[in-house]
Amino acid sequence: MAKTMAAVQAAETREEMGIVIDAQGMHYRDLNRRLREAATEGEARFRLVNVNGQRYIGTGLKGDLHLEICGVPGNDLGAFLSGPTILVRNNAQDAIGNTMDSGSIIVKGDAGDVIGYGMRGGTIFINGNVGYRVGIHMKAYRQKSPVIVIGGAAGDFLGEYMAGGVIILLGLSERNGDPLVGNYCASGMHGGEIYLRGKVDPRHISPHAKIAQTKPTQIEHIRPHIAEFCTHFGYDADKVMGEPFFRLTPVSHRPYGAKYAT
Amino acid sequence: MMMKERDLLLEEPQTEEAEEPLHEVRVATTPVYYPPEFRWTNDQERCARCKRCIHQCGWKALRWEGRVVADDSKCVGCHRCEAFCPERCITILPNPQAFKEHGLWSVGHRRNLWKQAETGGVLLAGMGNDLPYQVLWDHLVLDACQVTNPSIDPAREPMELRTHLGRKPEAVEVRQNGDGFELVTALEPGIELSTPIVFAAMSYGSISLPAQKSIAMAACELGTLWNTGEGGLHDEVRPFANRAIVQCASGRFGVDVDYLNSGAGVEIKIGQGAKPGIGGHLPGEKVSQDVSETRMIPVGSDALSPAPQHDIYSIEDLRQLIFAIKEATNYEKPVSVKIAAVHNVAAIASGMVRAGADILYLDGFRGGTGAAPTTIRDHFGIPIEIAIAVVDQRLRDEGIRNQASIIAAGGIRSSADVAKAITLGADAVAIGTAALMALGCTLCQKCYTGRCSWGITTQDPQLTRRLDPNVGAQRLVNLVKAWSEELEEMLGALGVNSIESLRGSRERLRGIQLDRTTLEVLGVKPAGVGA
Ligand code: SF4
Ligand code: SF4
Ligand code: SF4
Repeated sequence: MAKTMAAVQAAETREEMGIVIDAQGMHYRDLNRRLREAATEGEARFRLVNVNGQRYIGTGLKGDLHLEICGVPGNDLGAFLSGPTILVRNNAQDAIGNTMDSGSIIVKGDAGDVIGYGMRGGTIFINGNVGYRVGIHMKAYRQKSPVIVIGGAAGDFLGEYMAGGVIILLGLSERNGDPLVGNYCASGMHGGEIYLRGKVDPRHISPHAKIAQTKPTQIEHIRPHIAEFCTHFGYDADKVMGEPFFRLTPVSHRPYGAKYAT
Repeated sequence: MMMKERDLLLEEPQTEEAEEPLHEVRVATTPVYYPPEFRWTNDQERCARCKRCIHQCGWKALRWEGRVVADDSKCVGCHRCEAFCPERCITILPNPQAFKEHGLWSVGHRRNLWKQAETGGVLLAGMGNDLPYQVLWDHLVLDACQVTNPSIDPAREPMELRTHLGRKPEAVEVRQNGDGFELVTALEPGIELSTPIVFAAMSYGSISLPAQKSIAMAACELGTLWNTGEGGLHDEVRPFANRAIVQCASGRFGVDVDYLNSGAGVEIKIGQGAKPGIGGHLPGEKVSQDVSETRMIPVGSDALSPAPQHDIYSIEDLRQLIFAIKEATNYEKPVSVKIAAVHNVAAIASGMVRAGADILYLDGFRGGTGAAPTTIRDHFGIPIEIAIAVVDQRLRDEGIRNQASIIAAGGIRSSADVAKAITLGADAVAIGTAALMALGCTLCQKCYTGRCSWGITTQDPQLTRRLDPNVGAQRLVNLVKAWSEELEEMLGALGVNSIESLRGSRERLRGIQLDRTTLEVLGVKPAGVGA
């Protein structure tokens, strides 16, 4: 570990778009330190190649930065992210966008568990499938409202403890009979909305959520997010919007309202 | 089951349902049988009929009917009225109403049972565990110098209370540099305290802004620490952030990269002594405009903190969050991890150190809270005395004690408790309940109602404006200064001139009236056994 900055910089080349860093064999501490330094020096565009499981890429980065990642980034990609856009050309792992405040994360492949935990703003687009506990405890605040759009299917506990924002699950991937969403979807939900495209087995939905068909006004509300998703991954937005959506909203905004004795 | 209805929903679009009614705690559905806990009386002869007591009562227990009349069932015994009565003519007594004594069924048990039979609700409580468990502090005594070793007079000789929190190296290398020396070893980020007493985590939301500001101002003046709790950082206390530990808990309220970088350190809250294993919910009523801005959630929404942090299910996951925070703060801030002291605390603490925690914050089962289910508050966790001893011992045995500092909290009542905690192995202690008492709290334990007459655990502006942060801060500074001076006295009697020398020096403690196993666990000899 702990390469000197010179050694880290030796793995860099400069292209017109910005800095290219070859992350081959590089410890995450060195890689991220270099990113932070270069961002402080005013660099705004980065391409990281040969990324192979390095954690915390983009964590805590602020401002109008662009990171393109070739390879598979490790856990906590873009944690506490505040502004930057991160494009992952391959799959990604767990805890993407942990407690994210603003910015955008786009993943061309699949992604793992606990994506967008406690996210307060910004957008996450995953082309493929995602694991468990995605969108857990997302919350909206003032003009901020976080959005997660998933192209494929999701595991258990999608939108658990959800307090605000929007999760859209499109189910575009081939699932070989696997359900669109796993068990306990929306359990503990007390704010926000979840949109599920296509058939939903109500047994997978927590009793904490109401299920309703989406009204035209509500569809319009999510159209921009779906359109952006389609632009990122090359789908036809009208086709995607052609299927009916179900909408989940909380049964109560005050789930602990009448629990206690005075 | 409702599955049938839900199946139907898939076919038929459903119209929006009316919003549910506003939050209400459960109220009695049958007549209230049990008598009030207190009896409020005043001396009619002395009463000046100024009505001040009526205005002072946050619980609206008093009213004017040509004279002051009390609704005893609303009185929580907080003594605000009595303290502000110009004639000092108010007396609040325990209700003398006698029940037939019973060795098993205390009146408290009966009262709780009746309340639940009436409301069907979960019992809530504020402050810490109030059951009469044995207090181990009161069974530990300190050594003093006599004849064979000289004591030190702190009035004549300097005493060092300065304490450093954070990861320390195994050894330091120094190099001669001209006339002086320079440190070769790179030190991890740490925090210097002027005294080994910090303020415990209390969020804005659970306590009022003037209460938090009092604590923040006092911490800065004293050169110690305050702790934001999980409520974020309000603009009014931001100027004092350089002496704050900023907390990141399961709700992630108010947590962003600026927040993480604004304090002296960051704390990951796993648990709390008053409610191990359960989360928290700040009811929507307490989420005012201001609280909403600090927590970064909408006004009036319940602020739920789920029981676990859902990205932490193992020591490896804890390490992942610790290093996410270190990355987000450029490795410039020590990271503390706060847990409730539970049965397996020593092994968990070892894992926390190996996960990269620089500070272990251990909260014993007497730790306070704004609100906790009474059953959890009173029956879960272990005493802090035990936790300090077993964690310190375990980390020493594993040779990793230098890698993290221990802050001990949960039932520190006096400087003697501080001295004993440090002698058992803590680096510093945190005071929460004691700090609130310095602000006026009388331990009525009704914080969860949000009506605190002392303006401490309420968001009602009528009540919070009674607390002047300048006065509050002064009282806290007085308290901590007094305790620190007493610590110096104690060090003198022990014949050492620095708190470092006392830390973990259990040979200077003796146990009285403790059984053999407890003494072994504490690593303390019984009184009467010499060195
Ligand atoms: S101020 Fe406190 S002690 Fe006085 S009547 Fe009200 S609740 Fe009772
Ligand atoms: S504050 Fe004291 S003097 Fe004034 S009305 Fe109340 S009991 Fe009487
Ligand atoms: S803070 Fe207020 S409500 Fe809580 S115990 Fe103290 S006096 Fe009572």
